[in-house]
Amino acid sequence: MPERGTPVQISPLAKGVLRVVELFTSPLKPDDYLSLINPLWTTEELRGRIERIHRETDDSSTVFITPGFRWPGHRPGQYVRIGFDVAGKRHWRVYSLSTGVARSDGQISVTVKHKPDGVVSPYLNSIHAVGDLVTLGTVEGEFTLAADPGKLLFLTAGSGITPIRAILQWLDRAGSMPDVVHVHSARRQPDQIFAAQLGEFAQRHASYQLSQRVTSEAGRLTPEQLDQVCPDWRERETYVCGPGEMLDAFQAHFEASQLEDQLHVESFEHIVLGKVTGAGGTVEFSASGVAAECDGQTPILLAGEQAGLTLPFGCRMGICHTCVGRLAAGTVRDLRTGELTQAGTEVRTCVNCADGPITIEL
Amino acid sequence: MKEPMIESPLARLSDEQIEELGREFDAIHEEVYASLGDRDASYIRNVILLHRQLVLLARAILLGSRYKPAWWLGTSVLSIAKILENMEIGHNVMHGQWDWMHDPRINSNSWDWDTISPAEAWKHSHNYVHHTFTNIRGKDKDLGYEIMRIDPHQPWNPVYLLQPFYNLLLAGFFEWGVGVHDLDFDAIRSGEKSKEQLLKEVRGIGVKARRQIVKDYIAFPALSGRKGYKSTLKANFTANMVRNLWTYAIIFCGHFPDQTYTFSEEEVADETRGGFYVRQLLGSANIEGSPIFHVMSGNLGYQVEHHLFPDMPSSRYSQIAPKVRDICERYDLPYNSGPFFKQLGTVQRTILRLAFPGGKPATKPGPYRPPEVEETAPLIAV
Repeated sequence: MPERGTPVQISPLAKGVLRVVELFTSPLKPDDYLSLINPLWTTEELRGRIERIHRETDDSSTVFITPGFRWPGHRPGQYVRIGFDVAGKRHWRVYSLSTGVARSDGQISVTVKHKPDGVVSPYLNSIHAVGDLVTLGTVEGEFTLAADPGKLLFLTAGSGITPIRAILQWLDRAGSMPDVVHVHSARRQPDQIFAAQLGEFAQRHASYQLSQRVTSEAGRLTPEQLDQVCPDWRERETYVCGPGEMLDAFQAHFEASQLEDQLHVESFEHIVLGKVTGAGGTVEFSASGVAAECDGQTPILLAGEQAGLTLPFGCRMGICHTCVGRLAAGTVRDLRTGELTQAGTEVRTCVNCADGPITIEL
Repeated sequence: MKEPMIESPLARLSDEQIEELGREFDAIHEEVYASLGDRDASYIRNVILLHRQLVLLARAILLGSRYKPAWWLGTSVLSIAKILENMEIGHNVMHGQWDWMHDPRINSNSWDWDTISPAEAWKHSHNYVHHTFTNIRGKDKDLGYEIMRIDPHQPWNPVYLLQPFYNLLLAGFFEWGVGVHDLDFDAIRSGEKSKEQLLKEVRGIGVKARRQIVKDYIAFPALSGRKGYKSTLKANFTANMVRNLWTYAIIFCGHFPDQTYTFSEEEVADETRGGFYVRQLLGSANIEGSPIFHVMSGNLGYQVEHHLFPDMPSSRYSQIAPKVRDICERYDLPYNSGPFFKQLGTVQRTILRLAFPGGKPATKPGPYRPPEVEETAPLIAV
């Protein structure tokens, strides 16, 4: 099964009503007919409509989405999975929610950096996206503040500002800005997302010290420079969000200083890029609790069978879809076409091999 | 059943030719898959939308089913809706033809159709057994569905004298036939299938049957009130029958017309990908018809194309048909095709003839040759 949106929480009474209606609609669901009236009226998967797209900088925009049902809420700093239908295909992406507090119009927003060679961001950059439906996944993430946050250090780069902006907005509204040092980096001045708003926060709250760093002039912030930009960094809970190398560098530095408990990191790019080796890997069969080694030419199905598993199979040639399992993590390569498939969808185990370590729900 | 009664064109092709042909067919599949996009997605979404609108319309009209014109109109619309749901939507979605969209609501793993046959069972007996072992005698259980003698190679048995009668019964209650067929009588008899498994499958059919009975024969008739109960029940029953007859006719025309070949296990031992394609070509037959006919038959009028590429979106079959014919012409292979009534006629004749002992394979068509004047059949939506 491909990835699903999050189910809508409805009252037991509504559930009962739907169950009676299903006697009339089976094998379809009442949802299937309700969505004829309004495509947002689906309870099995929460859907939303792209209301407007606001361009933040040359290479980033904020997408405002109206959920079909009341938004279940989120903590500032959390992220949501969103399924976009582009060229007939659903593509799931993870974005930090860029608002920290519920908007009065019920909309949620995410801020997206444009990648010209991507799939979803060029679509969101086009005029067609407004009005389209999206599928909304669950809200997740531990990149959030503790109840009593103490002194804080925020290190952000590029679109990594999004979850921190949500956190700052929430702190601003609450009127209790703790002691915050924030270093935000962008390649050029005009690339700085939310620059004006961050400036306002700094003006309003003496306890919020912002420094905006232009990396094309000052270079990237390195962990060694921490003592200089924030001498008391060892006493602060530190939140880092930016590109993968940045996270790796700070993670190593905090570990070396034995302060890793004070470090919180978030990066989606890092997860997406992963480490594709192109030459097989360990296959974790999560439902069976078995791991098997799979080289670059062995189908996952065969690797599992050689490890003693009984797996579903049919034609063993990629036509019948009997052997499919959901790829929970990693990347697989189609042995026929060389095509890569990323985690989050169903894959045929009889024609795909592991491309790096993978987890499959079989 | 040992000696093949007829030489198949498969034997005329060299290994190299078969391999080359396999590559050509793979290329067609790849080309289509690379070009799938918004238009394809809107096509299936629109057919699904149309089905749901037709159902609402039909059920609304049938609230007044005690009036004759409403009964006829409602029954017709409901029959069309059920046919669409069964063929162009259910059959094809459950084949995984739309799995590429990654939409969990239009996916072979989640779809269930409005028939007695449970999705899981059908996907095993049809997608896997039938589509993998197509027309291999003793392995393809759709070859006579274990109850009919449809190929002269099958040994005769006196029970087959009754097949012209239960053939008619099967036509009217086809969905029940398909549901029960999935149980696989041979496997039950030989003990290959465990009691627990059998019980589980029977229960699955029971659930599907109950849902249809509750919906079509209790819930909707009840909505028509005391005076309309019976007439709505009759309307729903008729719509199910019409759908059964139609699907029976289309499906029997897929592999049983005179033109098709069957294969022994020896003939297809060590079959390559190319050999698989040739067997599908020889074992299937198309039905000629209008674009609307093709949509109503789930594009199984393109049975040949469907069997070559069971997971290709059905709306693309008409587009690739000329390329398939071109391959047939160059490799001197037949392209089995005929008008609906001719195909159905030869099937019925075979069923009658093979009820009695003996019989031999019908004369097969020669290699495909394009007609003198190029056909310009309109393509459907995608």
